[in-house]
Amino acid sequence: MVSPADRKLTIFHLWVAFAAFIVASFLGEYQVLERSGFIPALDSPTVYFASVSTHGVLMGFVLTTFFIMGFGYYTATTSLNTPIWNPKLAWYGFWISLTGTVMAAVPLLTGKASVLYTFYLPMQAHVAFYIGATLLVVGSWLWCAVMLVMFRQWKQANPKQPVPLAMFATTANALLWVWTSVGVALEVLFQAIPLALGWIDTVDAGLARTLFAWTLHPIVYFWLIPAYIAFYVFVPKQAGGYLFSDEIARAAFIVLAVFGLPIGFHHLYMDPAQTSSWKLLHGVGTLIVSLPTLVTGFTVIASLEIAGRLRGGTGLFGWIGSLPWTNPMVLSVILSLLMLILGGFGGVINASYAMNAMIHNTAWVPGHFHLIFAGTTVIMYFAIAYYLWPMLVKKPLFSNSLALVQLWTWFIGMGILTTPWHVLGLLGQPRRLSSMVYNTLLTLAWKPYELAMIFGGLIMLCSACLFIYNLVKTQLSPAPESFIQEIEYAEPIRPVAALPEYLNDFTLWNRVIAVLMAISFGIPILQFFFMDTYGSPGWGY
Amino acid sequence: MQIELLIQKCQNLIGQAVDFVHDFIRQSRSVHIDDLERKWINITLSVIGLMIVIIVLDALIHNIRPPSKVETIDSARLHLSKEFAESNLGVQLDGNGDVIVRMVAGRYSFFPKHIAVPAETKLTLRWVSMDVLHGVHIPMTNMSTMIIPGYVAEITTSFPKPGEYPVLCNEYCGLGHNHMWSNISVIAKEDWKAPVQNFAKKEPDNG
Repeated sequence: MVSPADRKLTIFHLWVAFAAFIVASFLGEYQVLERSGFIPALDSPTVYFASVSTHGVLMGFVLTTFFIMGFGYYTATTSLNTPIWNPKLAWYGFWISLTGTVMAAVPLLTGKASVLYTFYLPMQAHVAFYIGATLLVVGSWLWCAVMLVMFRQWKQANPKQPVPLAMFATTANALLWVWTSVGVALEVLFQAIPLALGWIDTVDAGLARTLFAWTLHPIVYFWLIPAYIAFYVFVPKQAGGYLFSDEIARAAFIVLAVFGLPIGFHHLYMDPAQTSSWKLLHGVGTLIVSLPTLVTGFTVIASLEIAGRLRGGTGLFGWIGSLPWTNPMVLSVILSLLMLILGGFGGVINASYAMNAMIHNTAWVPGHFHLIFAGTTVIMYFAIAYYLWPMLVKKPLFSNSLALVQLWTWFIGMGILTTPWHVLGLLGQPRRLSSMVYNTLLTLAWKPYELAMIFGGLIMLCSACLFIYNLVKTQLSPAPESFIQEIEYAEPIRPVAALPEYLNDFTLWNRVIAVLMAISFGIPILQFFFMDTYGSPGWGY
Repeated sequence: MQIELLIQKCQNLIGQAVDFVHDFIRQSRSVHIDDLERKWINITLSVIGLMIVIIVLDALIHNIRPPSKVETIDSARLHLSKEFAESNLGVQLDGNGDVIVRMVAGRYSFFPKHIAVPAETKLTLRWVSMDVLHGVHIPMTNMSTMIIPGYVAEITTSFPKPGEYPVLCNEYCGLGHNHMWSNISVIAKEDWKAPVQNFAKKEPDNG
């Protein structure tokens, strides 16, 4: 039984996340319209790049961070069956992050921070943008502290017991996020803020990119892990079956956290400031980290098969038809996996060292990450919200069928949006353009794809509105607060018997991460202090 | 003796490490892994291993690598450097008869605005930025690199097909980013003539 105070904590976090999401969804549709050039009145690079910067920050930083914090608190209290440790600290974290978000939003929306969410030093935004982004991260560190303490306290109270999988994975994410955020924190604290305040005259753009690359890859695992948590701990039960393997799930989360970190240079393949051997090392690590995802795909599909057969499905594929397709969680995982398979193929191409030259910074890249992030990941955020919302507000979901329509339209819209986006990249279109003014025949071939993207975006925007509508109607429903169903975590098909300590704890893995990070980022960062580099002054945009 | 102590310490450390590995393996054996899952993990690892082998061999044997020559330059003083002074930009033959292309990226164009290079010829392209981050891509070719202020981006490639190609900035560099592009003509090898002006006698330093 979750206390009303802890439910309130989660609801507040989730509402900030979803408010950011719906605002950013409208911006997204505006952007596909603007860049297509079909409506000349919309044409404005100033508005467009302010919008892209805001869309990126809201979706990538605000939706994700607040969702992960809120979901993490609820997972911790329900899976460990204890109240939140130090709720005061948790609320401080919330308010610090919210203050940071508002502080960053003002320069973003007024066009004083059109540097995109990847910052791009030596381009320089208003200092409030950097400080706001920093506060958002600082608030999330308090969440990490609460999660790590709750994990530790539970282990002390239950020695030799396996930590519930949901909490194990949430703790993996908290640890991952602490390590992940250090890179960008160093960039902002030692380069961006001092430059914006005039304390230093120049920054080394090569160093800035290296530090950002430290964060840029593992951050996507920070976003993805809640989706994987739902895959492992909610989906099997919702489908009517069992989790295929609890131990392998733990191993997958560990490999994600450990190998997700030291591989950021696949964002720097085309950079002149790092040598090819370091890029190759990170490239190998990038391919290795596809292992936990492939294993997750196997475990989830195996769990679904168990459920399908328990429900009477027979034959090689018959179990697929007998799955409960009208359960939002089950529908989401099927659609999510479909998008993961397609997006994963693209990801392997991006990761492939020299082949990256063909698609680097082309429209292929946003096509890829929208499919993986807004597709695979965010559709599971929807599923989690539909599942938790009735328990949070103690009222039944306003409409299950509306939820199903919303999930299907999100999937269809995503297909119509991202398929042409990938093709445009192969046809040479750069990303981050507000209009196509190139006087070359090449651009003619781009037009039909841009038209398709407008419709894809429109379908997704409608879907996003349906999502918010369903949650609002549920919460504001006049029905009495009588929803009594509690959260249900999936049971493994074979109970965990002997769990090695290293699959139940992070002390060892924390050390492994420290060693791997020192190896893969030590020399590449130190090189900037040992060679004759020339800093760049800050530039407006 | 100090040294004996040190040796003793090393032996202890190695002993601990061996114990740790033994223990790790023993614990791992106790984990239940389903046969199907084990097969899938093995297949996955083989596929990943195969891709890694292909990429590493291509890099080591065929030298198929992304542009990664770490070379610094003062982007604020390009005009005072010998190499990237305005008169030295564009296509040149160096002392060995190799084609070198020097280009400056600045908001919002690539300079010179138009260049002509021979097809099917090894080209060394050297790009520098005079202000912020830029990227350059010639669509349908592998001529792609980031251009970071403070660094020279050097890339070696050749263009197999003659034709007119756009040179596009593919990194957000400011509100005029859309307008940052120029042209390159790839000319059949036999029709191409080396530019005569500013013939570099020897490799200028980066000043």
